[in-house]
Amino acid sequence: MQIISQIAFLAAFIVAISFFIRNVRRLYRNIKLGKAIDRTDRPKERLSNMIRVALGQSKMVKRPVAGILHILVYVGFIIINIEMLEIVIDGIFGTHRVFSFLGGTYNFLIGAFEILALLVIVSIITFWIRRNVVKIKRFWSSEMKGWPKNDANYILYFEVALMTCFLLMNAADYQLQLNGAEHYASQEGIIGGFPVSQFLLPLIDGLGNSALIVIERTTWWLHIIGILIFLNYLYYSKHLHILLAFPNTYYAKLTPKGELTNLEAVTNEVKLMMDPNADPFASPEAGAADEEPEKFGASDVTDLNWVQLLNAYTCTECGRCTSECPANQTGKKLSPRKIMMDTRDRLEEVGEQLNKKQPIAEGKQLLDDYITREELWACTTCSACVEACPIGIDPLSIIIEMRRYLVMEESAAPNELNVSMSNIENNGAPWPYNQMDRLNWAKEN
Amino acid sequence: MAEVLKVPTMAEYMVEGKQPEVLFWVGCAGSFDDRAKKITKAFVKILSKANVEFAVLGTEESCTGDPAKRSGNEFLFQMQAVTNIEVLNAYEVKKIVTACPHCFNTIKNEYPGLGGNYEVVHHTQFLKDLLEEGRLRVEGGKFKGKRITFHDPCYLGRANNEYEAPRDLLRKLEVELIEMRKCKSQGLCCGAGGGQMFKEPEKGNKDVNVLRTEQALETNPELIAAGCPFCNTMMTDGVKSKEKEAEIEVKDVAEMIAEAEDL
Repeated sequence: MQIISQIAFLAAFIVAISFFIRNVRRLYRNIKLGKAIDRTDRPKERLSNMIRVALGQSKMVKRPVAGILHILVYVGFIIINIEMLEIVIDGIFGTHRVFSFLGGTYNFLIGAFEILALLVIVSIITFWIRRNVVKIKRFWSSEMKGWPKNDANYILYFEVALMTCFLLMNAADYQLQLNGAEHYASQEGIIGGFPVSQFLLPLIDGLGNSALIVIERTTWWLHIIGILIFLNYLYYSKHLHILLAFPNTYYAKLTPKGELTNLEAVTNEVKLMMDPNADPFASPEAGAADEEPEKFGASDVTDLNWVQLLNAYTCTECGRCTSECPANQTGKKLSPRKIMMDTRDRLEEVGEQLNKKQPIAEGKQLLDDYITREELWACTTCSACVEACPIGIDPLSIIIEMRRYLVMEESAAPNELNVSMSNIENNGAPWPYNQMDRLNWAKEN
Repeated sequence: MAEVLKVPTMAEYMVEGKQPEVLFWVGCAGSFDDRAKKITKAFVKILSKANVEFAVLGTEESCTGDPAKRSGNEFLFQMQAVTNIEVLNAYEVKKIVTACPHCFNTIKNEYPGLGGNYEVVHHTQFLKDLLEEGRLRVEGGKFKGKRITFHDPCYLGRANNEYEAPRDLLRKLEVELIEMRKCKSQGLCCGAGGGQMFKEPEKGNKDVNVLRTEQALETNPELIAAGCPFCNTMMTDGVKSKEKEAEIEVKDVAEMIAEAEDL
């Protein structure tokens, strides 16, 4: 019986890890569909950003209630997962609490895990209430209908279930030790500390050892299988941020928020136009003729760079960006969070075609099929969304890239903007004033 | 006060074979917009008072390209940028001050990649330096003790992390500075950036400048201080929409200093 259980565990573990690796490879492949961008400069600063923002959660606490609760869940999960190591070893080798040789330290650790598990449960319940009872506005925007709303709740249910299993398992284990059951009891007395699960003992009061073993084994299996399923749920969920927040903060933009990139392809053309010695009829350089003319800006995910695609997978749809967005706050359609969600959805769609070994189908794209022009033109480029994101996502850069496509490939700017741009072109100001009048103010009183 | 301002140009400096200490980049709003021209003149008066040798490009100045770039027209932006950089480099300009955060951001951050490398400061930073160097003295004057709230321009604050220079100046004016609920890195945009100044807003339930004005009015201010000609226009319109223009003024920090000093 023991050996069957060990084999079953090993099989489940291997299947889950293989499936996870497959998904990570797809994730990597999809992100690499983005254009190249060099984000390897200033490695020390990047590392320190990652440590402060992702590991240290420094931007989370800008909103103290959500921030502190999030830190509890985050710390709880990381630390309780140390216990996973023991669970995996016990599962493979059929041991019981293999780290118990640590003695007092072990008891302290298990006790601390229990307290953290309780704090996690309390935080998760608060999160659930905030979402579903208090109905905080940013969780009920139009882009949060259907899957995004359910996804968020599934994550919460999962986490509560995992923590409950952990505590119930400990309670049954504790009772078995108290009963002196074989395999559980140790000559050294009680191993582990049970500051929380001891209060669950009344629930299993009066049960015989065999029933207790069933509870202990069942919760052990549910806990471990639950974690393995959760690991594989990540790829399909906004919860992917627990992994991607780290690379995302590392590769985030370091230059001032106001600085937009200068398009190099444009620079080359502008230089050519301004160069009095350039021959406009010169035949293109050898080899250059075969190159496809570069597309300006982005109409689809493959026109974005890989950091922007990484951003999309990292977004956990918290909506802090949207709640700070001036356009969104005044009832416009633009929501920076939706920009990120649409980018991910479209990228997944493209990835699905690649999974089926199909060429990327024409006819559907990020622009219009996901993100409308009305959304793009509502942006004031104020950077509030970039500032608000707790893990360094830059929705603004995608908006700008798509505006570039609209203007430079389709000449599809709103008419008033076209007027002001012609003014800039003709007389060097967005209004129709003569450049020769630029100093008139000095003579006026 | 009817005296004509002395505003030398770079061309005039060049004829004399001299270099000014700083180039004052006036910007389109500062050159053409009636409200913004008052800010330009106030700043020039302070520069003269502090004996700063400055010059403007005058008719050789052209739009930095900021609205074009943020509207997605990278071609037009780079054409403007390259043309401006040619002029600036021909005059061997080293330091630029501007009263427009959009010009400030563009020249400071986006011109270097196209060959334009200058020390660029916002006028509030420049004025703060003048005060610290003792070249300008400011006392509270007519603003002393007044309830004033400061609206952070996005392209000075969030975009370039400068929140304190304008506030330092306000403190010098001994005002009672009251912060809005949303200020500094969390300040709400006035609604003008990214080309919005030049187009109708998309459909919504409110204008951004009205929402921002409401946030400002929550502080019950006697005056709303600004540091950007576009914010100034947007907030002025917002105050008008609330029919408060008789009680609440919107002024640039430079205007406040010029007025406090009776310039």
